[in-house]
Amino acid sequence: MKNDLDRGFQHHFLMQVLLILLLLSASMLSIQSSAAATDMNSVAAFKAEGDPVNGEQLYERCIGCHSLDRNRTGPKHCGLFSRKAGTVEGYQYSKAMSESAIVWDEQSLDNFSQAPLSAVPGTTMGFSGIKDKQDRDDLIAYLKQTSLSEACRQQY
Amino acid sequence: MSSKNTTKQSSVALFKQSYTESRRRFLRQSGAATFSGAAIAMLSGFGSQTAYAGQSMEALEQDIRVLNTAIGAEHEAVAAYQLGAESGLLSPGVLNVAVQFQGHHKEHIDALSAAVTGLGGEPVAAKMDYQFPVEKLKAEADVLHFAAGLERGAVSAYAGAIPVFDNRDLSAAAASILADEAMHWAILRNALGLDAVPGAFFS
Repeated sequence: MKNDLDRGFQHHFLMQVLLILLLLSASMLSIQSSAAATDMNSVAAFKAEGDPVNGEQLYERCIGCHSLDRNRTGPKHCGLFSRKAGTVEGYQYSKAMSESAIVWDEQSLDNFSQAPLSAVPGTTMGFSGIKDKQDRDDLIAYLKQTSLSEACRQQY
Repeated sequence: MSSKNTTKQSSVALFKQSYTESRRRFLRQSGAATFSGAAIAMLSGFGSQTAYAGQSMEALEQDIRVLNTAIGAEHEAVAAYQLGAESGLLSPGVLNVAVQFQGHHKEHIDALSAAVTGLGGEPVAAKMDYQFPVEKLKAEADVLHFAAGLERGAVSAYAGAIPVFDNRDLSAAAASILADEAMHWAILRNALGLDAVPGAFFS
């Protein structure tokens, strides 16, 4: 009788341990899965969105030649997104830029701003480029936000 | 004639007088004159196509394009300082500094143009007119902010141009000009009561 009770207790105890282990495993898997999903979301967000506030500060580097609302040494940036390269009225582009098939979006801006002279050989933008990916993302985020703003819409 | 116009004309006269005095002072300073002559000689002396022997024509043409972009920006800077000088908003001391800086930009144009000519190119001319945010210039500080922004941008423009010259002598000359633009920027920030040198690195 005692042995039966002991075996029953042992069986019950083992079942409880197994259950706890199963729950812990499931919990750990869930946590890992959740963390992975969060990481993926962060990467996606990083790639899709830069920080426009930092981008505005970075834009100070551009204003030796560019402006949002005026053609200067470089063309104005208002209305930049979705614009075909080399088409701002009143600005005299290089032959290379005028004949390029570029339409400005995140990808083409990222490519051009990284190395303008390689992206469009013959461009007059004699600038080595922005090598830091995060800086490019931030600057592009600012340009997208600002160049499509209502104030900018009145300039193009 | 309104008092505003009188003030403006007085300012222009002061600008002209200040500019003349600035030039005289500049010419008296033999060291500065020597440096200016040396800078132009440096840029025009090596600026011959022989420096590109064995290189593709594209290397030469790219250097000319980069130089001309810089000349275009320098022309705009000269026009911007002219606008500031004629605004009637600058006190005599600030006006004197503005005229001095404008003179530097004119010297940059001379030197860069000599290089372009030496390379067989044609230097770009100044535009007939420039679009400046005149509606935002209502006080001396506005003019200083405007000028400081242009000088800060010029620092980045030259920093970005230095690595792309095929001819290293042109890179050295651009670095010399960058140093001058950086000093302008620091002085203007100081005049605005800002930290004159707000960091250790700039690009």
